[in-house]
Amino acid sequence: MPTFKHRVCPATGLRIHSSAENLIKANAVTAIIFLAVGGLFGLMVALTRWPAVHLLPADWFYLVLTGHGLDVLLVWIIFFEIAVLYFASAILLNSRLAAPRWAWTGFALMLIGAVMTNVAVLQGNSSVMFTSYVPMQAAPHFYLGLILFAVGALIGCFVFFGTLVIAKEEKTYEGSVPLVTFGAITAAIIAVFTIASGAIILVPTFLWSLGWIGNIDTLMYKTVWWAMGHSSQQINVSAHVAIWYLIAAVVLGAKPLSEKVSRMAFLMYILFLQLASAHHLLVEPGISSEWKIFNTSYALYLAVLGSMLHGMTVPGSIEAAQRARGYTNGLFEWLRKAPWGNPAFSGMFMSLVMFGFLGGISGVVLGTEQINLIMHNTIYVPGHFHATVVAGTTLAFMAGTYLLVPLIFQRELIMKGLAKWQPYVFGLGVMGISVFMMGAGTLGVPRRVWDITGADAALKYDYSGAAYLMMGLNGISAIMAALGGFLFIVIIVGSVLFGKRTGDKPLEGLTMTTATKYGSAESIRIPGTVVLVAVFFTSFVLYYFINWKYLAEVWPLR
Amino acid sequence: MAIHPPPQRIWWNEPIARTEIVWIVIAFLWGLLMFSAMIYWHMEGEQNLSNESYRITPERFAEKANEMVEKYQVREEAGFPVVRPPPGSDVYMIARLWQWWPIIEFEKDQTYRLHLSSMDWQHGFSLQPVNINLQVHPNYDMVVTLTPNEAGEYGVVCNEFCGIGHHTMIGKIYVTEN
Repeated sequence: MPTFKHRVCPATGLRIHSSAENLIKANAVTAIIFLAVGGLFGLMVALTRWPAVHLLPADWFYLVLTGHGLDVLLVWIIFFEIAVLYFASAILLNSRLAAPRWAWTGFALMLIGAVMTNVAVLQGNSSVMFTSYVPMQAAPHFYLGLILFAVGALIGCFVFFGTLVIAKEEKTYEGSVPLVTFGAITAAIIAVFTIASGAIILVPTFLWSLGWIGNIDTLMYKTVWWAMGHSSQQINVSAHVAIWYLIAAVVLGAKPLSEKVSRMAFLMYILFLQLASAHHLLVEPGISSEWKIFNTSYALYLAVLGSMLHGMTVPGSIEAAQRARGYTNGLFEWLRKAPWGNPAFSGMFMSLVMFGFLGGISGVVLGTEQINLIMHNTIYVPGHFHATVVAGTTLAFMAGTYLLVPLIFQRELIMKGLAKWQPYVFGLGVMGISVFMMGAGTLGVPRRVWDITGADAALKYDYSGAAYLMMGLNGISAIMAALGGFLFIVIIVGSVLFGKRTGDKPLEGLTMTTATKYGSAESIRIPGTVVLVAVFFTSFVLYYFINWKYLAEVWPLR
Repeated sequence: MAIHPPPQRIWWNEPIARTEIVWIVIAFLWGLLMFSAMIYWHMEGEQNLSNESYRITPERFAEKANEMVEKYQVREEAGFPVVRPPPGSDVYMIARLWQWWPIIEFEKDQTYRLHLSSMDWQHGFSLQPVNINLQVHPNYDMVVTLTPNEAGEYGVVCNEFCGIGHHTMIGKIYVTEN
């Protein structure tokens, strides 16, 4: 075994490389700072879109909305994902991190890029939305910041791959890598594709903003931009599914039902998720229906198949572990007696349920070629992706952070009583946001618009009272989610700074041995999960056909 | 006890439990069904997006729209011409900062070829309260053959962000009884 500067983890006996640990801390802390900023922007957006409140003037609204998308969808998530990659490689594989200096360089580039783009947005001449569709133009440093950020993230991915190579060569683990690491590999591979697409489109756009390139085709821009924009959401899916497995393993000692199925499901993501650029092009001119159908369905819905498999195997692995602990009565004793007071577990389970029921189902419906006609660019779209990216990814990452505090920061949580409540407050708030935005979208309310009353427009259109009600409820839900987010930041930052040091005590209630090892569950009696999956599938089928029905009622067009 | 170590376990050689296989098959078939549904709707459904679109310059598109307005204008409303083109004809609607121009009057249950293009940035054609939503690009002429099936007054709201006046970009379409 090679030597490197490390400490021995009291929970696992694994060696924790000091550089890896510091990098995980730096990336996670930076992520959380941007979550705070982006979350505050989000609250202001929701309060402006609440017609009775209408907080900001138009120019500030579009500025803040651009910053919101940028800081939470990109910066918070990618910084946290880099922390996840280093954790899933160096820590779980008992290895040193490859090239820590490169890792710090990547971190610095990401930070400089994120700050640069934020400055561009705050200066007020880059309110082009996160998507920055041409020919609307932002300041050159808006694009340059994004490019630097992407290069930094790419370096992070290669440090991760390098660490895998080192761990294998130095034989720090045996057999296949653990499932969580496998999920992280999936995320990193998709990230490389994503960043390459980003470079292909952002570099010319940057040159265009400098005046060196005359024209960028709008349709080409959108097609390539979304190969980055949507694929980056698939990094999130892979990463947060990996975190679901991690939390199930650490909190309950859960093993996957079968390593083969869970890994196949991750593999589906690598093979098919990148086709999702099409989801944003379904009502675009100049693209054939054949292309749209094949791509929007991820080739026969094979990536959806991957998610549906995780939807069974994650709760299934929890059920199997709980039954092995003796919670065998009836269908759901395993679920009732789950550690609902542990924010890592409750956050993870809510993330799982809301990602599946709200985000997954609405995503497939929204991504159906013809049904997209009755939803495209309405506020249904942000309703959908707040279920996937906020209720799914962000909540899972929050839950994961509750494990990082003792394991990596070596601190006990402060305000444990409030911490118990935090995932519920945030989760329910986000659920409201998603549901009410989707509701308003089906009533035709557009996304990304400052005012829907048409007060200063030459011609008017009046939305129904129900639409206004939905936007108000969305505002109230956003306040609740913001409160949950605020609690999270206070608890985590407070714990990291002032929490009691855990020292060399073994960590209470955490078992790391399962997460770091390969192996399937011994017994897989999961009747409760089968019922849950049946409920999910029924909802899916019903909601899917209801929307075909809605579509069939609009004006015939061809 | 065997004296040889257990063979190294590799994930793709592991067994799969019955419950999981059943779910894989169901989920796969459901995917096939959803895939086929989109193809089926192209054959039997009435709401499909056309594949008809052309490259066009904003100037040329504006010319065509102006010709149509000169020919078929019936009145004016809030400074916008209202046109009533004959059924079956080519109808042009310009998207620009921050207008849908002109106002169009359709006859119920008649079919029209609606052309959409932008003079500047991208816009979103959102017909309310029907809730038909189309993306409008500059330099692309998108042709949608539609049949309004209910009389009334409809709003055309822009739902692609197009700058500070985005929320004022509201147009109108009337559908009259025949």
